[in-house]
Amino acid sequence: MTPAIEVRNVEKVFRQGTGMFSAPRFVRAVDGVSFSVPPGGCFGIVGESGCGKSTLARLILGLHPATGGDILVDGRKLSGMHRRERAKLIQPVFQDPFSSLNPRRTVADIVGMPLAAQGVGEAERTKRVNEMLARVGLTAEQGGRLPAQLSGGQRQRVAIARALVLRPRIVVCDEPTSALDVSVQAQILNLLAELRRDLGLTLVFISHNLAVVEHICDEVAVMYLGRVVERAETDDLFRRPAHPYTRALLASVLTPEPGLGIPDVGLGDSYPDPANVPPGCRFHPRCPVAQDSCRSVQQAARAVHGRSVECMLAESL
Amino acid sequence: MRFPSVRLLAAGLGTAIVAIVLVAGLLAPWITPYDPFITNLDARMIPPSFMEGGRPENFLGTDQLGRDYFSRLIYGARISMLIGIATVITSGLIGITLGVLGGFFGGRVDDVVMFAITCRLSIPLILVALAVVGLVGSSLTVVVLTLGLLLWDRFAVVARSTTMQVRNLDYVAAAWAAGCSQAHILLREVLPNIIHHLVIVATLEMALAILLEAALSFLGLGVPPPLPSWGLMIAEAKEYMFFSPWVIMVPGISLFVLVLGINFMGDGLRDMLGAQRDV
Amino acid sequence: MSAALLEVEGLRVGFGNGTQAVRGISLSVARGETHCLVGESGCGKSVTSLAVMNLLARGAVRTAEGIRFEGREIAGLSEREMGKLRGDAMAMIFQEPMTSLNPAYTVGSQMAEVYVRHRGGSKAAALDRAAHLLGRVGITAPGMRLAQYPHQLSGGLRQRVMIAMALMCDPKLLIADEPTTALDVTVQAQILRLLQELQHELGLAILLITHDLGIVARMAHRVSVMYAGRVVESGPAAELFGRPTHPYTHGLLACVPVPGKIARGEPLGSIPGTVPKIGPGYSGCAFRERCSQAMPACGAGDVPGREAGPEHRYECHLGADWTARLAAEAAA
Repeated sequence: MTPAIEVRNVEKVFRQGTGMFSAPRFVRAVDGVSFSVPPGGCFGIVGESGCGKSTLARLILGLHPATGGDILVDGRKLSGMHRRERAKLIQPVFQDPFSSLNPRRTVADIVGMPLAAQGVGEAERTKRVNEMLARVGLTAEQGGRLPAQLSGGQRQRVAIARALVLRPRIVVCDEPTSALDVSVQAQILNLLAELRRDLGLTLVFISHNLAVVEHICDEVAVMYLGRVVERAETDDLFRRPAHPYTRALLASVLTPEPGLGIPDVGLGDSYPDPANVPPGCRFHPRCPVAQDSCRSVQQAARAVHGRSVECMLAESL
Repeated sequence: MRFPSVRLLAAGLGTAIVAIVLVAGLLAPWITPYDPFITNLDARMIPPSFMEGGRPENFLGTDQLGRDYFSRLIYGARISMLIGIATVITSGLIGITLGVLGGFFGGRVDDVVMFAITCRLSIPLILVALAVVGLVGSSLTVVVLTLGLLLWDRFAVVARSTTMQVRNLDYVAAAWAAGCSQAHILLREVLPNIIHHLVIVATLEMALAILLEAALSFLGLGVPPPLPSWGLMIAEAKEYMFFSPWVIMVPGISLFVLVLGINFMGDGLRDMLGAQRDV
Repeated sequence: MSAALLEVEGLRVGFGNGTQAVRGISLSVARGETHCLVGESGCGKSVTSLAVMNLLARGAVRTAEGIRFEGREIAGLSEREMGKLRGDAMAMIFQEPMTSLNPAYTVGSQMAEVYVRHRGGSKAAALDRAAHLLGRVGITAPGMRLAQYPHQLSGGLRQRVMIAMALMCDPKLLIADEPTTALDVTVQAQILRLLQELQHELGLAILLITHDLGIVARMAHRVSVMYAGRVVESGPAAELFGRPTHPYTHGLLACVPVPGKIARGEPLGSIPGTVPKIGPGYSGCAFRERCSQAMPACGAGDVPGREAGPEHRYECHLGADWTARLAAEAAA
């Protein structure tokens, strides 16, 4: 079966400091990432700020060109695909429903925009927009409003309707619930799960919230400073994290269970800086089990316990 | 926020002033009692009707050639508004185009735009205007074109920086992902969301253009006589200001009030459009 | 209760446009205890903390039956006297440390300034104390950090600096408003752990404002759940999480995904609708339109306060039948 998405050794290098007199600096935001998602699957990407997960989302959406590697959607290369072609295959839902909707256009206009870009006529467009609004739990009357007149949860529903109106195969959700309240987050997650099931969507779900990822994803990749340090089936990852960073991430999930206290995640006070990647294993300055060899050698991804891990100590942990 | 009523009052007052001047300028031929060009050497330097020695036929008196001062003032409003609006349209078109393109595309395009802005900022405005008018000769068209070609820098700077902000917002990314064309994104997603900043720049530039025209005309390099420009009226009045101060005060105060009105209106627009964004 | 360090009674905050942000709430923070104020955006939790510190924006009107700190009434204090208290016996840390640190001064001079302003003494002595506290909050090479500017620090370090700065004058009460919301999860755990350690060591009372039920469960001794300007349920953390009784608390806890608790693909519990706008003259329970248990009585009048257990109170028309039903469900 052709994967819905295949990412092969993708990298993205940004040039920083375009000043006339300063030497350019290069930031490797995404560095050799590979994974594939089967049709109908839900692939989670977790990591902290600066780990490159949002950049990766933009690469997959074709919003930035990758500086290396290939992204295949439905077996076809993303680079060189026409924008209208790409739009029919893959669509985004962004984090902040306040900046992801044009404040000066009505909801119906916003949801109809992808159809208009495909040259769909007005009558057909209105019909499909109203269908889609109903599908995400909004009324046709709300279609006439401006985004400012809706609540955060309703705005995110609009963003989801816009993403689905072309009936794409794949939806890339970049932190779709991080800006929402818990009760609204639950509504949106339930809606996404329902739509995924009913429309056979493939989801790429990017989040820093591990509990959310655990709830909806089949497979998870953990990113750290541009690299995927561990990739596994969700249950395996949560039951037996292999990479020290994954373990720290899991330890810092605070579930609402009183009496457990705040865990010691065992990381020092140094923080990752994408513009200044340490040599060797990038996690070694924070790693509680780092050894001398970790400071010089970058371990390549390898299979340990039925998953892919980038740590030379994975077996012994 | 602390004195909303005062701000609202100022904005309303400014808008009213601009509207009155605009309407007066547009309706000049119908509302002026006399032809502003007809001289009457028997009735020179008559003070306004409300001053000693004034007469009811000439509400604001007459000038040194016996032309009705009120009629000249109204026709002068016409010139000022014409210069203000025409200059803003010309400079706005140039500045917004350059700024939006630079901000949107970035990279090389932006380098070129930034270079153009820097060059423009290095040109001494008044000196070049003086030189051009001195070389080509003065006419209304020359003044409008000179000011229009020189006053675009603020439009470009504001359009560029606001475009850069909007370009990075998620709704623009969503439009890219939806397969929209560049033209669509520029015109439907970016421009409507920066236009309110540009409207405010337009009011500032309009006030500046009106003042510059007055300055050029005062120096004899703006609108050629006998056209009734406020700047020219002030220039012609300066010889008589000691004995007949009102000849300089009438156009001077008018100019001050109009420019103040435009600036108040600009402030009001900023409050209104800014508030609308935050709703 | 003499043990309470901070006691707030009948606090109300209204804004000029008629919005009632806080509608008569009471809470108390005992010495050495963490009291969590939890709720969703717009419930009034941040406004409550600002009202206690008298830091509300212009246009906000605060009334209270009493705000007592160490038994002393502080609701009527002048701005000058409150200024003496803030940063001294009562300190505050915010969500985004960058906005509360002055970018033009070094970390050291800002920390020292707080101390010299409240306690006097030389700047050198204050800097020594600053270095000591930076070390205490887990910053390596504090001497180097003292000479740095806020923008040179990462988010996690900045929040540590804020905590160290709040500790400069040995506060008795620390008000922390979403202190870890802007931080990464691993850093969040580190900062929260640090706060707990400091509490044990210094006997700090902490009023922690957060929207995250996970943080509440792990940090709080006592919890107040806020909804639309009211405290709808309050009690000791174990009690409240063990027996969430108000339909809002109950629903909110069902919304939180917990690894291993709900099978993948099963829908999470959710609360339909959105928070209503509360204007002057609003009457009845503010949760009624979203509540699955709503009844005619919820539409108007005051909502009765009830006991659900020791020190465990909730505000609802549902009485013993409801608690019995919840208990039966929990047992099943």
